[in-house]
Amino acid sequence: MNGKLIILGLGALALAGCATGMSEAESRQKALAMMKRDFQSRGIAGIDRLNEDEVQKACNEYHNNPPKEVAERLQTAQMAAIKFPADGQLLGDWKEGEKLAQSGRGMTWSDSPGSPNGGNCYNCHQLSPKELSYGTIGPSLYRYGKIRGNSPEIQRYTYGRIYNAKAYSLCSNMPRFGHVGALTEQQIKHLVALLLDPQSPVNH
Amino acid sequence: MRKPHLVAAAALAAASWATLAQDKDPTIAEIEKYREMLADGNPAELYEARGEELWKTRRGPNNASLEQCDLGLGPGVVKGAYARMPRYFADTDKVQDLESRLVTCMTTLQGFKAEDVTKRPYGSEDHKSDLEALTAYVVGQSRGMKMNVSTAHPKEREAFEIGKQIFYHRGGPYDFACATCHGEDGKRIRLQDLPNLTTRKGAQLAYTAWPAYRVSQGELRTMQWRLWDCFRQQRFPEPKYGSDATVALTMYLAASANGGVYNGPGIKR
Ligand code: HEC
Ligand code: HEC
Repeated sequence: MNGKLIILGLGALALAGCATGMSEAESRQKALAMMKRDFQSRGIAGIDRLNEDEVQKACNEYHNNPPKEVAERLQTAQMAAIKFPADGQLLGDWKEGEKLAQSGRGMTWSDSPGSPNGGNCYNCHQLSPKELSYGTIGPSLYRYGKIRGNSPEIQRYTYGRIYNAKAYSLCSNMPRFGHVGALTEQQIKHLVALLLDPQSPVNH
Repeated sequence: MRKPHLVAAAALAAASWATLAQDKDPTIAEIEKYREMLADGNPAELYEARGEELWKTRRGPNNASLEQCDLGLGPGVVKGAYARMPRYFADTDKVQDLESRLVTCMTTLQGFKAEDVTKRPYGSEDHKSDLEALTAYVVGQSRGMKMNVSTAHPKEREAFEIGKQIFYHRGGPYDFACATCHGEDGKRIRLQDLPNLTTRKGAQLAYTAWPAYRVSQGELRTMQWRLWDCFRQQRFPEPKYGSDATVALTMYLAASANGGVYNGPGIKR
């Protein structure tokens, strides 16, 4: 009975494949090859950006929902690669953090090389209640520090999250700002302060 | 005429809307003001008129007009052609969107070189783009018609499947895909609403409003431009104009919008 069902299931799958003449894996490979041919480097945005790293590959292959063992293995590796500040000091200046959170600059082909990147945080998150123009792809971070406190564990978690969100949730929509070198250690410290400093408008 | 008034409105709007997605956006009150200004009319009409003239004028090394250009419904048929594009063309043995097809006609009929035509496809104040005007003219001739894009031909089906893969493909330094910003209902970047392009309703709403006059840029922008600028925001390298990858992605979006009433060229901030 079970065996028959499985065979029927496979038949349906094969049929679905026939309609297009391509399996999903095939169309994915064709899409990758086509993009490599049809895109070109421009400014700081080199064609090598189309090469998937192992996290991107797993998330693409498994529609952002990889099997548990794959997700755990890759998350552990991402976590191990987080560089926490050598001086153990994780809190910077929240005022600098607010400026960084406001700025969406950086990493596009129209950005000039060497100019500092912004954090893009308001593109996706609510933070200070004074800023009404905020995006909603990520959860609201208003009162983040008030709710969680300012313990060393929370500081470390917050620093790590900003440095590499994929170490916590493999296919998160949030970029890996520290991991890819988009934000520096000092910039991430300022952002941690924006989220955790009791004087920051996020918590004040 | 309407022109001076429109230009003034556009300039005003451009001043307050000069900042783009990545920068600090104006408040809701400003959005309302802007919407009121737009109620007066759409400068896209000027592009449509210039496009029609270009279509009918003998130009290029062959001194020919585009009136024999086949957009899929037979040589010279413009009415309703855009609502059925992208589509497979036997003469090029390719799936083409309107813009890559226009390049084909400008090379085969008029004798232009494809590299020259596509060198600066996106216009600016000092360089008006023929492709943008021609596109405006052709899409305007499908206004009020239902999107009816075929995926029956194997190459059309293949373009759709590849386009879908590109839509979901995460990459670049921020791991973004089209789906990161356009995969859920009711999301925004700053104050800009993000259509959910994975639903029929969302795809219809977005696709049928493009090409569009961009007030912030004072130019009419095409679907190729829309994809190009979203790839920029996605932190990807630059897609080549009219390339197979951009046509495949357009195929995915257009076929997803089937059944929606085409309403362009539109107007956007
Ligand atoms: C493209 C959208 C996007 C951007 C840009 C972004 N985030 Fe996020 N962020 C998310 C999403 C989505 C989540 C939800 C958790 C997850 O999926 O990882 C999240 C989660 C978080 C969390 C964890 C919240 C919790 O409750 O534990 C923190 C902290 C955070 N973001 C901070 C930031 C900061 C600081 C910035 C700017 C440097 C930023 N984010 C930029 C999308 C984004
Ligand atoms: C980082 C976020 C982001 C990514 C990634 C992104 N877009 Fe967009 N997209 C936007 C924003 C913001 C707008 C509204 C733009 C504006 O008004 O300037 C938009 C607008 C659009 C529109 C027009 C919607 C309308 O109703 O006018 C289409 C179509 C579109 N995007 C398609 C795509 C496709 C296809 C991709 C993948 C190549 C993509 N986008 C990737 C942010 C993004």
